[in-house]
Amino acid sequence: MRIAVASGKGGTGKTFVATNLFNVLSRRGDRVTLTDCDAEAPNDLLFFRTEKVSVKEVTHQVPVINKDVCTWCGRCSQWCSFNAIFFVPNAKVIEVIESICHGCGACSYACNDEAITEKPLTLGTVTSYMTDKNNPLIEARLHVNEISTVRVINAAIKESGDEGVVILDAPPGTSCPFIQTVDKADFVVLVTEPTPFGLSDLRQSVETLKEMSKEPAVIINRSDIGDRDVAGYLEKEKIPLLAEIRYDPAIARAYSEGRLVTDEMPELASLFEELADKIIDRYGTGSSKR
Amino acid sequence: MELAVVSGKGGTGKSSVTAAFATAGERLVVADCDVEAANLFLLFNPEHDTEQVYIGGYSAVVDNALCTVCGMCESYCRFDAITRVDGKIIISERSCEGCFFCSRICPVDAITMVPGDRSRMYSGSFRNGRMVYGRLAPGEENSGKLVNMVRNKAKRVAKDHGMNIILLDGPPGIGCPVISTVTGVDKVIIVTEPTMSGLGDMKRVHEVARKFTGDIGVIINKYDLNEAMTDSIEGWCIAQGNALLGRLPYDRRVTEAMISGKSVIEMFPGAEISIILKRIWNKLTANV
Repeated sequence: MRIAVASGKGGTGKTFVATNLFNVLSRRGDRVTLTDCDAEAPNDLLFFRTEKVSVKEVTHQVPVINKDVCTWCGRCSQWCSFNAIFFVPNAKVIEVIESICHGCGACSYACNDEAITEKPLTLGTVTSYMTDKNNPLIEARLHVNEISTVRVINAAIKESGDEGVVILDAPPGTSCPFIQTVDKADFVVLVTEPTPFGLSDLRQSVETLKEMSKEPAVIINRSDIGDRDVAGYLEKEKIPLLAEIRYDPAIARAYSEGRLVTDEMPELASLFEELADKIIDRYGTGSSKR
Repeated sequence: MELAVVSGKGGTGKSSVTAAFATAGERLVVADCDVEAANLFLLFNPEHDTEQVYIGGYSAVVDNALCTVCGMCESYCRFDAITRVDGKIIISERSCEGCFFCSRICPVDAITMVPGDRSRMYSGSFRNGRMVYGRLAPGEENSGKLVNMVRNKAKRVAKDHGMNIILLDGPPGIGCPVISTVTGVDKVIIVTEPTMSGLGDMKRVHEVARKFTGDIGVIINKYDLNEAMTDSIEGWCIAQGNALLGRLPYDRRVTEAMISGKSVIEMFPGAEISIILKRIWNKLTANV
């Protein structure tokens, strides 16, 4: 089964939950994969001892215009819905703005003069690692100054397969990168914090998931730093509350140094083990056992 | 002058810092460019005087009554958005990027492009000036274009109201909306935290920001979570030539203020964190 760990608001503890969930399942010998889908800010790797297995570049095809053949008809520019072809016919200027091209291929089709060929443009990488407990960790990483996050995420999810349990550490927000990630999950865990910002973003995530016919469950992180409005909202909406994790400077410190609390704090290890059981027993499809 | 607050990593305290700056001194325009998770309006309760529809993009819809299932659209779509199920063409709204390619090549004109019109931009007043913000509807694309629309509106509003400072609250990450937020601004302020993730993400957003401005300042929030990490972040910043604007202590009163709908400067003006934030803000705006 695929479990997405997501949140509308950034910094609520997605990576904290995803890495520790992965860790408790790894430790007990389950077949589990962690996929870091936060391609703009991937951090899961920091928490594990790993060996690199493979690196794949994620590319899409962008047009190359041969100006010697071009008849300056302008069809390619008309067919481009993203304004990625800058065209000034009188001055005979035609340039592809690669950074905003979506690689749809419409311009190549539109060109009647065979003036357009295509070349691959690297958007990011998908790197596979193996942890010291012999479980795969897949990282999606967007290149700086590229914008097609979704393609890199999709490639990483594909790479992860669907054997055993696959944990997807989702990107923040509720736009395409989030949707592409949760769309491929059997179950979505939303991590939030009990503050007005946390609640507002949680609400937006829940509404988005509802439109996708997905029913999430929630973890409230740093559950004692704010008010009870999030808990009240969950009750009213009948959204299951999976766990509450209290604020503890020791957790913050371990996290800051790339250490896993489930390795050092027994009460959190049992909290995460129970959490894993709850998710797999209640929402699981298939078995995670090897 | 336009100042943008960004972070790379989410949840480092961008919006809390922005809220404090926005209430620290002279009247100004605040623009919330985190259009996917706009939050500042919760603190500032702006009174809207304009609401505008933002069309982020289009998605393809097929009329199965006209469709002859020739499969042309399916074979040309590069986003795997078009599939054939039980002899019928199905277009996935989630995967469609709105390129119009399929609608243009369909031999029987069975595909129409439908605009996504649920996103909004608002503009109004709040207690210390004017506020502009965008709210991208879930699943909509092109958040960078909405950020541009918010920034253009903020510039007009600043001019109309004779305000000199525009403060932008940016989105997390390093993608399209972040690039749109930092392009052409006068100063970029990176709010980070002393964690390995905070450092890694700061480096990535720094790489984006330095393409657009040499004036980058860094604030380390919750510095006392890990002082050794704070020191190494500061060391990195100095080596990069970034200005170290200050360190902020972890203070639960920031959350307390947020719950009361206020910035920490408004609610606890005497707190150490408020004094430091005010000092940073005065320095940032000294030449305006």
